Amino acid sequence: MFKSLNICLKDLQSEFRSKKKLNSMIIFSLLVVLIFSISFGNFIGKSSFIDSLVPGVLWVSFTFVSTIAIFQSFSDEIENGCINALKLCPAQWNAIYTGKILSTLTLLYLVQLFIIPIFALMFNYSFQGIFLLAVVVLVGTSGIVSVGVLLAAITMNTRSGELLLPVLLFPLIVPVIIPSVLATGKIISGSTFVDILDELRLLVVYVIMFYTTSRLLFEWTIQD
Amino acid sequence: MKPYISIKGLFKKFEGRYAVSNISFDIFNDEFIVLFGPNGAGKTTILKMIASLLKPTDGVISINGTNMEKNLIEARQLIGFVSHETFIYENLTVEENLRFFGKMFDIDSVELETRINKMIEEAGLCIYRKERAGTLSRGMKQRLSIIRALIHKPSILLLDEPYTGLDLNAIEVFENLVLNNSHTKVKIMVSHNLERGFNVCNRAIIIKNGKITFDKKKNEIGSYADFKTLCEFNFQSN
Repeated sequence: MFKSLNICLKDLQSEFRSKKKLNSMIIFSLLVVLIFSISFGNFIGKSSFIDSLVPGVLWVSFTFVSTIAIFQSFSDEIENGCINALKLCPAQWNAIYTGKILSTLTLLYLVQLFIIPIFALMFNYSFQGIFLLAVVVLVGTSGIVSVGVLLAAITMNTRSGELLLPVLLFPLIVPVIIPSVLATGKIISGSTFVDILDELRLLVVYVIMFYTTSRLLFEWTIQD
Repeated sequence: MKPYISIKGLFKKFEGRYAVSNISFDIFNDEFIVLFGPNGAGKTTILKMIASLLKPTDGVISINGTNMEKNLIEARQLIGFVSHETFIYENLTVEENLRFFGKMFDIDSVELETRINKMIEEAGLCIYRKERAGTLSRGMKQRLSIIRALIHKPSILLLDEPYTGLDLNAIEVFENLVLNNSHTKVKIMVSHNLERGFNVCNRAIIIKNGKITFDKKKNEIGSYADFKTLCEFNFQSN
C-alpha cells in the first residue's frame, strides 16, 4: 500500500505541475455543462424540470471526463519507458494498478467538486442531499476507474488505444452508470439513504468485483 | 568459485520464433560483461530476462544460488537497470525523481536524502537538482538515469545501449559513474559500440541468432584490433 501511495503522490505531483490532464478534464466538463445549459435555457429556474435533467447531465459529464483521465493515466509511464522502471521496483506489479487508481480517482474527485457547483450556478439550481450525492458519485466513479485503469494498461501500447479504450470501457461500465443515474435521480427528488440502498449495493459489489479481478489481471496486462 | 549469477538453458520465444535459444553462462563477482552482436541477436532480450522484465519461455536464472523467479521481489532489490530510454519522469525535478525511486526501494528517508545529495554531487547535477528532468540535455538525463539506477546500491548493474545519443564528454562522465561505484558486484552491458564496450569490459560475449557464439575473458582475447576482426567474422558468418 505504501508503494501504491508513493506512485499516487508522484502522479499527482507531476500532474499539478504540468496540468495536462486537469486542463482537458475541466475544459471538457465545462463544455458539457455549458452546452446543456444553453440548450435547456428556457427551463432554467423550473426546478421540477431540472430535477429530471441533473442525473443525465452530471453522469454524461462524469463518464466522459473519466475516460479522459483513464486514457491518460499511463501517459507519464510511457514517456521515457518509465513503466519499466516501475516494473523493476521491488513490489508486486499490482501495486502500480492501485497507485494509478488512487491518483486517477483523486483527480476525478477534484474535477467533480468543480463541476457540481458550476452546474448549480449555470442552471440556477440548489442541490439537496449533497452528502448522499457525494457518496454515489464517489462509489460510481470508483467503479468506472477500477475497470478503466486495467483497460488503459491493456491499450497503452496499442496504436489505436484512444479509439479502443472507449469501445472496451463503455459496455463494461453500463452496470455502474445505470444505478448511479437512478440513485442520483432519487436523491435529487428527496429520497433518503434507505431508498437508494439497492443501487448503492449494486455499485459497491461492482467496485469490489472489478477492483479484485483487475488487480489480479493487471500483472499480465503490463507484461512484455 | 561459486557464480554470482547463473543462467541455465535460457529460451525466449516471441510469436513462434526463438529470440534466445538455449543460453547458458555463469557470471562471477567483479565481472563486467559486454554482450555484443548484430541487431536482433537477442542481447537486449537476455538483459531484460536477467532484469525480470521478461519472463523466460524456459530456463533458470539464479542469483547467489537462488532461483530468481521464486524470489522476484528480493531479486529486483539487487538489480539496477540503465537503458537508452532514461526511465525518468520529465515533470519531476532531478531530486524528486531520485526521491521517488528511493522510496520505491524502501530506503530510509534520512539515508535517502544523504544518498541523493552525494549522488547528485558525484554526477555533477548540483545546479540542476531543482530543475525539471524534462529540461535537461540528453547527457544530463543519462547521468540522472544512472544515479537513479544506483540509488538503491544494486549489486547487479544492467546497461542496455547506454551510450545512445551521448557525446564524448558525456560518455566519459557516464563511464566514471558506472566504473567507480564500489557496491556493484556484476555489470552486464549490451553495446553496439565495439571499441567502448571492449575498453570497459573484462569479459566479452558475442550473441548471434539467440545463441552464444563467443565467450572469452578480455585478457584471453588480445588487442582491440583482434577483437574487431573476430566480431566482424562472427557478425557476418552464418
